[in-house]
Amino acid sequence: MLGFPLIRYAEEPAAAAHAAGWFLDHAWLIALIPAIGFAIILFFGKKLPFKGAEVGIASMVASLVLSAGAVYQWIDLGHDAHPVIKTWTWWQSGGMQFTLGQHIDGLALMALILVSFISTLVQIYSVEYVRDDRRFTHFFASLTLFSAGMLTMVLAENMVQLILGWEIMGLCSFMLIGHWWEEKANSNAALKAFWTVRVGDMGLLVGTAVLFGMFHTFSIDKINNTVAEGGGFSKSMLMTAAIALFIACIGKSGQFPLHTWLPDAMAGPTPVSSLLHSSTMVVAGVFLVARIYPVFHTGLDINVAGQQFNLIAVIGGITVLIAAVLAFVQNDIKKVLAYSTVSQLGYMMMGLGVGAWTAAVFHIFTHAFFKCCLFLCAGSVSHTGSHHSFDMKADMGGLRKKMPVTFITWMLSTAALCGVPFFSGFFSKDEIIDSAHANHYTVFWVVGLIGAFLTTAYMTRATYLTFFGQARGAAAHFVHGDDHADADHHGAADSHATDDAHGAHDVKHSRPLPFAPHDSGWLITVPLIILAALAVVSGYLNAPAFHIEKFHHWVTPHLINEMVPEAPVFKWVNALPSIALVALGFIVSLAISKAVFGSEPSPLKGLTKRNSLLGAGHRFVANKYYLDDLYEKVIVRSIAHPIAQGAYWINQRVIDATVNSVGIGGRKSAGWVYRNVDQRMVDGVVNGSGIAASEAGESLRASQSGKVNQYGALLFGAAAVGALVLVIVNS
Amino acid sequence: MVASGIQVAQSVGFYIVAAMMVLFAVQVVASRNVVHAALALVMVMAGAAALYLLLAAEFVAVTQVLVYIGAVMVLFLFGVMLTRAKHGIDTDLNNKGWMFGIPVAMLMLGVTGWAVIDGWKDTTLPEGNGPIPTSAVSDSIFKPYLLPFWALSFVLLIAVIGAIVLARKD
Amino acid sequence: MWVNNFLILGAVLFAIGVYGVIARKNAVLVLMSIELILNSVNINLLAFSQMHNNVDGNTFALYIIAVAAAEVGVGLAMVMLIYRNRKTIALDDLSEMKG
Repeated sequence: MLGFPLIRYAEEPAAAAHAAGWFLDHAWLIALIPAIGFAIILFFGKKLPFKGAEVGIASMVASLVLSAGAVYQWIDLGHDAHPVIKTWTWWQSGGMQFTLGQHIDGLALMALILVSFISTLVQIYSVEYVRDDRRFTHFFASLTLFSAGMLTMVLAENMVQLILGWEIMGLCSFMLIGHWWEEKANSNAALKAFWTVRVGDMGLLVGTAVLFGMFHTFSIDKINNTVAEGGGFSKSMLMTAAIALFIACIGKSGQFPLHTWLPDAMAGPTPVSSLLHSSTMVVAGVFLVARIYPVFHTGLDINVAGQQFNLIAVIGGITVLIAAVLAFVQNDIKKVLAYSTVSQLGYMMMGLGVGAWTAAVFHIFTHAFFKCCLFLCAGSVSHTGSHHSFDMKADMGGLRKKMPVTFITWMLSTAALCGVPFFSGFFSKDEIIDSAHANHYTVFWVVGLIGAFLTTAYMTRATYLTFFGQARGAAAHFVHGDDHADADHHGAADSHATDDAHGAHDVKHSRPLPFAPHDSGWLITVPLIILAALAVVSGYLNAPAFHIEKFHHWVTPHLINEMVPEAPVFKWVNALPSIALVALGFIVSLAISKAVFGSEPSPLKGLTKRNSLLGAGHRFVANKYYLDDLYEKVIVRSIAHPIAQGAYWINQRVIDATVNSVGIGGRKSAGWVYRNVDQRMVDGVVNGSGIAASEAGESLRASQSGKVNQYGALLFGAAAVGALVLVIVNS
Repeated sequence: MVASGIQVAQSVGFYIVAAMMVLFAVQVVASRNVVHAALALVMVMAGAAALYLLLAAEFVAVTQVLVYIGAVMVLFLFGVMLTRAKHGIDTDLNNKGWMFGIPVAMLMLGVTGWAVIDGWKDTTLPEGNGPIPTSAVSDSIFKPYLLPFWALSFVLLIAVIGAIVLARKD
Repeated sequence: MWVNNFLILGAVLFAIGVYGVIARKNAVLVLMSIELILNSVNINLLAFSQMHNNVDGNTFALYIIAVAAAEVGVGLAMVMLIYRNRKTIALDDLSEMKG
């Protein structure tokens, strides 16, 4: 192949103004080491003593160390920090060079260290969680490949590399969700995740193509600079590109209307949910928007005077609300957390939509810690508390005394999630709400406040069901009659799917379980503790209340700083509405939960069954607004069914007919050839020659009659003729 | 006058003999009586002998009469007798394809006739030579053509022996 | 006397002899026709001999007469033998060829 792999090292002159440190210059190793780790695990993992886990953890630790070094050097550069851009050309054609490279700036470094840190913790957690699993080695291989993919995307220098990382993540998500693919429900969930995100990915390709058409480059740096300078390009084209790219973000980050895959993705093992579907992969969409923010900011007229709505903010806002409502009717703890993730992603998008770039990116940062911690807690509960069940109503309750570490870390992370003051979520989420108000997007300010109320409410419900109240089912140390009662595919799948070292679940009769709920081993609890600590502390990196703006200085590029409005000055007065709503949500939800799930009789119990309006509302929400049915039964079926029918018709009538007719035609022509050419012509010639010979012989036979007279006649006749010839010749 | 007279007499004599020979030759090939055909052949040979005399070949004329008519024709008549040829009219003497003989004969006649006429149109036989002396003939036999003479004697010997062998009853 | 007289007479007799060979069924008659041919040849030879004043023609004619005699002798012996075996000398009936 021409020019492959033609690797040329090119350094952007602007970036070489100072010699950036070694870690910054070699930041591309951060993505390369996990990729090599993946290859090693894939080929040699089964033969290694820890079955590949040691390679996975080692590669993630290496990435973490390199990221930390790079972050340190970046902070050292201080205000003069410019993006460190390096490219290697791997293909060129038609004057266009395709490169792989790194674009290291504050945003990329934040994401790099975040991803490597969370990946390391999750991999350590997974050693205990998926111990003795049937595909332990492949699990670690997929996790490592995912990290490599996300790190590639994060430090991508150009859109093509970004798409590369994006797709690798999609692949790993598919592989990991369907880790226990032997159950149909899991493989269905994996496929649903893949196809739904794929629908969005078309937008990614279209957007990249439009941007290339406008600016003739894939380089993110060049695109950002060109758009920020303004002028010379068509505004409507830029808007088209922005909309197309945002569609991809809708798919990947689970925004309405493509959010339906995220809750189903909980079919995967809990480490997968905590790594991919809460902290890292699903924020890739938000990351993309943040990365090429000038395109969106200019294309969709964010922060233009008088604008009340734009696409990003609207989608984000809708997502916040509908996901929060859905979280109320879930029995599966992971599904509650999944909807919570969708809702928080809505916050981030909304933040970007109102021009609060720093706040949204900071929320990515803090959300990763507390959401990952919440998921890992849920995993810890199921691992040693509810005996592999995630059903809160059936198998949990009253676990706070029995699993103290898990309980405390859960509570800390929940407080951060709800935005309780002084926890990390307060500084990030409330910043978004504040900016919405300050940037005159009043509607979204209200949406944010309502969302805060709802978040607190559903988390209180979940907490109450899991850790308080009476112990039920597995938490009460016995298996009850019908384990399959819960409607969640996830619950049944997970409880029966793992290679169960604890003995089979016998659904026919209740019997005591081998162990009582207790806290998990240190491999699980230590990551929990680390993450919970960070959930508390990480907010102080950017706490306007205390005049700390380090995150803002380190991460926000100059370009963005000039584009977006100044962050609002923090006043406790402005934060009061959200604090009040958080408190209100807590109190209301606690009261209702105690009433509905508690042991004392209450008029609220069974309300949705008695009241038809409330019951209908409950059913509507429980069926996820019937969106899944709309997508699968109406849209997909109406497109796929005719296509399948058409394809079948073409296959039977056209292709088969062609093949058959070719066969029939061949046979008929062969027959014709046989009859006419072979039998008549060829045989005719052959027979004819034979007949000619025999006829000639027959006819000449008359001359051999044995009659002397005839011989004499022939003799004299021939002699006469000969004489004639001689006479003529000689005369 | 004498020379032309001899000429005239010779020509007249030639034409009469020739006409007679042709008529009897036709008799040979067309007669329905075998014996008549044989006797017609005798007449043809006699005519030939007369013509030989006209051609000044006395010895050959005499030999013709002695050998041909005297021996060969007698042999033929013996053959006719010994093969029980039907006496009188025999209608079965021509074979089925006798018609093919006419064109072949015509062709033959045409070719040779034309060659002859074309070649010797104006040639006349020399006059004034007397008859060829027999001594010249014998000289010719025994000097230049001695070998053929010996061969011929062998041929006759073998013919005799052969005929005897063939005709033996046992 | 034109030499052509003799030559044409010879040609005519030759043609008649040829006709006889072809047309006659009786073997003896065929042999007679052959004699006719030989005689015509003799006439030709002697005419040429006279024309060229050469005695070779006479010698040749004598030889032909001798050969003809030998040939007739053997020929008739064969005809007799055939007659003894096949009881017929009709040439049509003597042919044993099947076609």
